[in-house]
Amino acid sequence: MTTSLELAERLRAKFPALISAPAEFRGEITLEVSDPEAIPEICAFAKRELGFDYLVDITSVDLYGEDPRFALVYHLYGYGHLCPLRLKLRLSEEKGELPSVTGVWRAADWHEREIYDMMGLRFRGHPDLRRILMWEGYPYFPLRKDFPLSGKPTHLPEVAFTEPAPLDGGPFVTIAGGKDTIAREPRVRIPETDALELNARLERRQDIKEAHGHARGPGAIEPRK
Amino acid sequence: MAEMRDLQFQEPAARAAQAAQALTGAPAPAAELQDLPSEKMVLNMGPSHPSTHGVLRIVLELDGEIITKAMPDVGYLHRGDEKIAENMTYSQFVPYTDRLDYLAPLANNVAYALAVEKLLGIDRQLPPRCQFIRVICCELARISSHLLGLGSYAMDVGALTVFLHTFTEREKIYNLCESLTGARFTTSYTRIGGLSRDLPPGWIDQCRKFCREVVVNIDETETFLTRNRIFVDRTRGVGVISRPDAIDYGLSGPNLRGSGIEHDLRKAHPYLVYDQLQFDVPVGSAGDSYDRYLVRIEEMRQSVLLLQQCLDKMPAGPVNIQDGKIALPPKDRVLTRMEELIHHFINVTQGVNAPPGEIYFGHENPKGELGFYIHSKGGGTPHRLKIRSPSFVNLGILPKLLPGHMISDVVAILGSFDFVMGECDR
Repeated sequence: MTTSLELAERLRAKFPALISAPAEFRGEITLEVSDPEAIPEICAFAKRELGFDYLVDITSVDLYGEDPRFALVYHLYGYGHLCPLRLKLRLSEEKGELPSVTGVWRAADWHEREIYDMMGLRFRGHPDLRRILMWEGYPYFPLRKDFPLSGKPTHLPEVAFTEPAPLDGGPFVTIAGGKDTIAREPRVRIPETDALELNARLERRQDIKEAHGHARGPGAIEPRK
Repeated sequence: MAEMRDLQFQEPAARAAQAAQALTGAPAPAAELQDLPSEKMVLNMGPSHPSTHGVLRIVLELDGEIITKAMPDVGYLHRGDEKIAENMTYSQFVPYTDRLDYLAPLANNVAYALAVEKLLGIDRQLPPRCQFIRVICCELARISSHLLGLGSYAMDVGALTVFLHTFTEREKIYNLCESLTGARFTTSYTRIGGLSRDLPPGWIDQCRKFCREVVVNIDETETFLTRNRIFVDRTRGVGVISRPDAIDYGLSGPNLRGSGIEHDLRKAHPYLVYDQLQFDVPVGSAGDSYDRYLVRIEEMRQSVLLLQQCLDKMPAGPVNIQDGKIALPPKDRVLTRMEELIHHFINVTQGVNAPPGEIYFGHENPKGELGFYIHSKGGGTPHRLKIRSPSFVNLGILPKLLPGHMISDVVAILGSFDFVMGECDR
């Protein structure tokens, strides 16, 4: 029965200059690939000759503060021998680009789009490299370590700002960001103060919109009698 | 006595061939139609469409009723779970796993706990009782997820009764979940190195009762659908995925097995106590929507068998690892002893002290292979946690699969994929 280690050694024998010695942790074999440009060739060989027909996953890690900054992790698996193998490579921020493996496994398509979306690494030769989870035109790469957890205000007002929903500020809706939870509780709220608070919020929103050169939206809401 | 009548099924793939013929325009259209200008129409399906089971959006390009191009658009439920995970301890992320595949939260809890335990190197040292209870959790989640998948699938193709029928049974699973975990939906049952609590008294008997009842329900569900002419006509030969395509696109779970590939992580790489239990892995032969349906039906029966075996073999003993550095010590000792108090405090404030390294753990979830890749730099927080969600990968085949089908077949194909957007978008 073949093991991951044997397959890793065979892969290394084929590309001795490119692949490091196999490292083992918790029974998993990892190979470091030194040149990102060689990854399609290595993957094609692994699939064709070593039977790694199932691409489980591709993912990226932001090793912020190290150089090269990014790591890409390929998880391979073969249905013939049931052995997993992990390939890793490092990519510098300045380069930020590597060849795609969509020609080897079609499953790589969405994985690479996700990495582009979340980390901002580009894949040369990808058939359709667009954002996948965030919307088209979103300016940041949220899984990078220098992107804050709370997010950043975006400069795309027509995408990021929406008109208030019809029920916004109604009697059964909590107002986010109010003074405290008791004041926000729908059952204790007084409609007049709601309308005041909502108008203040609407004005803030209008200010932001006008700063972006947008026309004023619908007018403020009258306090309820 | 009623006479059994053999159904004359349409040849598999005959409809797809018909559609392809229509595309290439092989049969000459009637003379009065020849001059009509044909124009492609772009149709937006979703993100709020009942058959997209959540917020999947597909942009379809149509030639008449035939799909010529399909562009799935995912991400409407993106919450940044992976970013959130980088900013909290391992234990704190358990509730977030409930919200991945929210139709099988127990299975997600187990998958995540096993991944972290693999990183800690303790996944083979869990107490036996904990392992058996976790298997029960996984199989209950599988039955629950498949019951919903089948019910809503039948509803999508026009049979409302099945939906009501399977949901009656799911209600019992929710009751079991409630007495087991305290919550019906968002269970958060596992802890790193164990479980939040042991089985409540009488739970095993309730679960046995459920096992007896659900088998009857599955049989009844089959009588509604398996030989139902309408259901069969809508699913046979629709959405055929060949073996090479299923592998190339990285499908997993029932969608992979529907295409005839016998691969189940519970068999191939047994975790917990699956190697001590007897069960079969059902596979399809044609790879169409009907086969994927049949695989799910049979998987539920196997899950019931697994449940019964676990209930019979359930050993006594603790459910948590007896190591205060990993699992929280018992409360009475925390309040009376210095060392346990320190362990509790460190565990809650800093989390378990994981070694630096990286692991990938793939778990056979109801929807397919749910994998967690954890990259640790040491300490109580993952440096990077990647969730390899089966629904995300399975949907990647849609641009290949949908073209050539009729627009009403989209519903039949999507239902047979049984995806969940909470998991797809993360």
